[in-house]
Amino acid sequence: MQSPGIIAPPRAFPSWRNSDARPLLRLEQVSKHFAGTAVVESVSLDVFEGEFFALLGPSGCGKTTLLRMLAGLDSPDSGRILLDGKDLAPVPPYRRPLNMMFQSYALFPHLNVESNIAFGLKQDRLARSEIAARVADMLRLVRLEGYGKRKPHQLSGGERQRVALARSLAKRPRVLLLDEPLAALDKKLRGETQFELMQLQAELGLTFIIVTHDQQEAMTVASRIAVMNRGRLAQIATPPEIYEQPNSRWVADFIGEVNLIEARVLAAGEGQREEQGIVLASASAGRLRAAQDGGSAAGDTVWIALRPEKVRISRERPAAAADNCVAGQVCSIGYLGDISAYKVRLESGWIMKAALANMTRLLERPIGLDDHVWLSWPADAAVVLTR
Amino acid sequence: MKVPWRARPVVLVPYLWLAIFFLAPFLIVLKISLSRTAIAQPPYTPVLDVAAGWQGLQAFLAALTVDNYAFIASDWLYLASYLRSLELAAISTLLLLLIGFPLAYGMARAPRRWQPALFMLVMLPFWTSFLIRIYAWINILQHDGLLNRVLLALRLVDTPPAWLASDTAVYIGMVYSYLPFMVLPLYATLERLDTSLIEAAADLGCTRWKAFWLVTLPLSLPGLLAGVLLCFIPIVGEFVIPDLLGGSQSMMIGQTLWSEFFLNKDWPVASAVAVVLLCVLLPPILVYQRMQARDLAG
Amino acid sequence: MLRLSWFNVLSLALGFAFLYLPILLLVIYSFNASRLVTVWAGWSTRWYAELLNDRAILEAAWVSLRVAVLSATAATVLGTLAAVALTRFGRFGGRLLFSGMLYAPLVMPEVIIGLSLLLLFVAVGIDRGFWTVAVAHSTLTMCFVAVIVQSRLLQLDRSLEEAALDLGCPPLRTFFTVTLPLLVPALVSGWMLAFALSLDDLVIASFTTGPGATTLPIRIYSEIRLGVKPEINAICTIMLAAVGFALVVASLIAKLQDSDQSLRAPGGRNR
Repeated sequence: MQSPGIIAPPRAFPSWRNSDARPLLRLEQVSKHFAGTAVVESVSLDVFEGEFFALLGPSGCGKTTLLRMLAGLDSPDSGRILLDGKDLAPVPPYRRPLNMMFQSYALFPHLNVESNIAFGLKQDRLARSEIAARVADMLRLVRLEGYGKRKPHQLSGGERQRVALARSLAKRPRVLLLDEPLAALDKKLRGETQFELMQLQAELGLTFIIVTHDQQEAMTVASRIAVMNRGRLAQIATPPEIYEQPNSRWVADFIGEVNLIEARVLAAGEGQREEQGIVLASASAGRLRAAQDGGSAAGDTVWIALRPEKVRISRERPAAAADNCVAGQVCSIGYLGDISAYKVRLESGWIMKAALANMTRLLERPIGLDDHVWLSWPADAAVVLTR
Repeated sequence: MKVPWRARPVVLVPYLWLAIFFLAPFLIVLKISLSRTAIAQPPYTPVLDVAAGWQGLQAFLAALTVDNYAFIASDWLYLASYLRSLELAAISTLLLLLIGFPLAYGMARAPRRWQPALFMLVMLPFWTSFLIRIYAWINILQHDGLLNRVLLALRLVDTPPAWLASDTAVYIGMVYSYLPFMVLPLYATLERLDTSLIEAAADLGCTRWKAFWLVTLPLSLPGLLAGVLLCFIPIVGEFVIPDLLGGSQSMMIGQTLWSEFFLNKDWPVASAVAVVLLCVLLPPILVYQRMQARDLAG
Repeated sequence: MLRLSWFNVLSLALGFAFLYLPILLLVIYSFNASRLVTVWAGWSTRWYAELLNDRAILEAAWVSLRVAVLSATAATVLGTLAAVALTRFGRFGGRLLFSGMLYAPLVMPEVIIGLSLLLLFVAVGIDRGFWTVAVAHSTLTMCFVAVIVQSRLLQLDRSLEEAALDLGCPPLRTFFTVTLPLLVPALVSGWMLAFALSLDDLVIASFTTGPGATTLPIRIYSEIRLGVKPEINAICTIMLAAVGFALVVASLIAKLQDSDQSLRAPGGRNR
């Protein structure tokens, strides 16, 4: 399904590309061990002001632990966490200018909605009138006016989530940490809430760090994603970069669907011009051509990462191409509504994935099961990965 | 996790209290079990005189004796008392299990709405005076009490039997008083039992009885063990029930201790009896502690 | 839930009958005009009237009541501190000994506890009386309170306390504003249990009491040894009524609180 495609207002230079910009939050070689195993290992990253930053990864990859260390609920075994250049290590969680929205919402059951939202403000000993004003603001922000006197057990899941959000925003933290905030919502509500979160973040100009295992969510909301695997950082980049320029097979495989073809780089042949890129030989898909070498040298074994939607599938053999062209038989079709996902068994026995948008409303698709087809793709469609 | 410095009192206050009022007394019992009786106040010797310094301490240690333990070991009365206590406790616990398990099982199987009420019904007698309840049984079991009147009326007996001052009365009293201690841990475990396991057993061909033996019973063992320990250990040292309902032919160890202390006024021997009792009960107590610790950790 | 089989119903019925029959008889006979149990002479409240004239019993009841309130309160405070220490402080030094000392009274025979406390008081030279009984009862009942509070603490969603920390509440204030209000049902039932145990205790009170501090169970016990007396029936019925009333009140309070709050994390389920 297509995501709502909200694009943040364009900035002159994204902060992470601006070498003069100082990060709001910096992690330096942060590690944490639990019972002998490394839950977080040597993680270093920068988060800039105004970012919607996502920590993405499978369960157990350490992303939640990292978030908790930012909040101060756990402390790193080694490494530093700096906010505005100052080390947060001696600062206990109740004095950090960061606030967290918990996965379970953690609303205080013995307090009503207003008191929940006001809780953090009361700790700061603000004047009562100001607290009341701020609470009213928050209720308006999350569209829960009139719910002030209700207790958490009288609210629906979505309403509780909004109260939790309002409570964590009430103190206007420098950074808002969100721990899988949408996990408990159903799909439609999740989509709407993602949209609302992004609008909120842009309007308020705050910095959000969200932890999620849902790739689509990360790709939708985040300005940059940090992909984590088993405690280590795999890649940090914008969603398009993560998707189109993964830096490893693991990242390529983790995000979306991908064809990973193992191949050997061939030496440059005679009469081949530089800009034509490199030529590779693969056992599964024949001769391949890639526009960029991805840092590889002749003779190396590399992997070609090719997204299914970049693969053209046709009944007839494509005219010009000699490379990046294979024949096979369709062995399965997945109808997903907006696209059809084809699995094609090549002559080598290997199965390749191709995806076509369903552009027309036809009961009978042009390409059906067991059809013999040709798969082809341009040289710049694939990424060469050396690891 | 290190204990934050400012939070130390949270641990220290109960710790000190228990050290003073629980641990220290046991050490004192141990010490007195190694002393002799004396016509004095306090009625034992030696008494540690702190002012006498190191010499005082030496004299103190020299005067300690294991005579009391020798005395207990030599007199058949005490050994019989221990054995009888263990025997009575074992049988009582078995009876409690036989009566308590169906009760707990019935409670666990009852509709959810009823369970809090049933739970309260089991707990309610526990809240009323323990003494009262034993007294109620005296009422029923005495020579012209209700039980005999019913039996006579139904012509089940010709002459009213003597229920009181017998082992039977003691068993009735024990079961009556300790039933909540058996039922509650059992109920807690049975209530958490996943009924789909029993359904799976039935699906795989087990009759209800077999499903009970092969699935329910093994899974209820933790609660069962807790109930057994919670009943057996205190029953061994029980005093009131055998005193009021039992006969005087042989005493349980709790009664022996009481009479040794209050009637014979022989504190050292009473202390020795207590120490030996504690040693006898130590294995099951440790088992119970380990169960508790595992329960908390898990 | 599976339907109750006839066996279940029978065991429930028999079990509860067994539990309640003696008490019922006691209550009925407290209204018996005749002194003898064998003869039913009609309804009468004379034993209650005679009870009011029995100074010894009334004084003993007053002593018991004061001891029970005092020791229950002390036990609740101590037991709660102990439970918090065991559940929130992780592995601290001496934890094993601490939990051992805390849970031993649950299973230890009361004669041992009573004897050891008496010997302590004698060795240190403290006169036995009201305060020694109160201290003894506090020590005994604090472990029951600790068990109840501890199981409630373990059920609590820790993220509630973490959320409070995150919102700027220091740990001590978090305990008082977040944890404690949620613990109230456990504290109440702990207090009530400690109260009932203290009111009811005979053995430990016998060991640790002194002149002028005769508790009700001690008095009742000495009367019982002399034989069955109807005034005993009367005071037992009164105690039953008092406890029953207190329990009903407590469960109503608990019901009100329960419908108000849920201890489980609200966000886990999307209803």
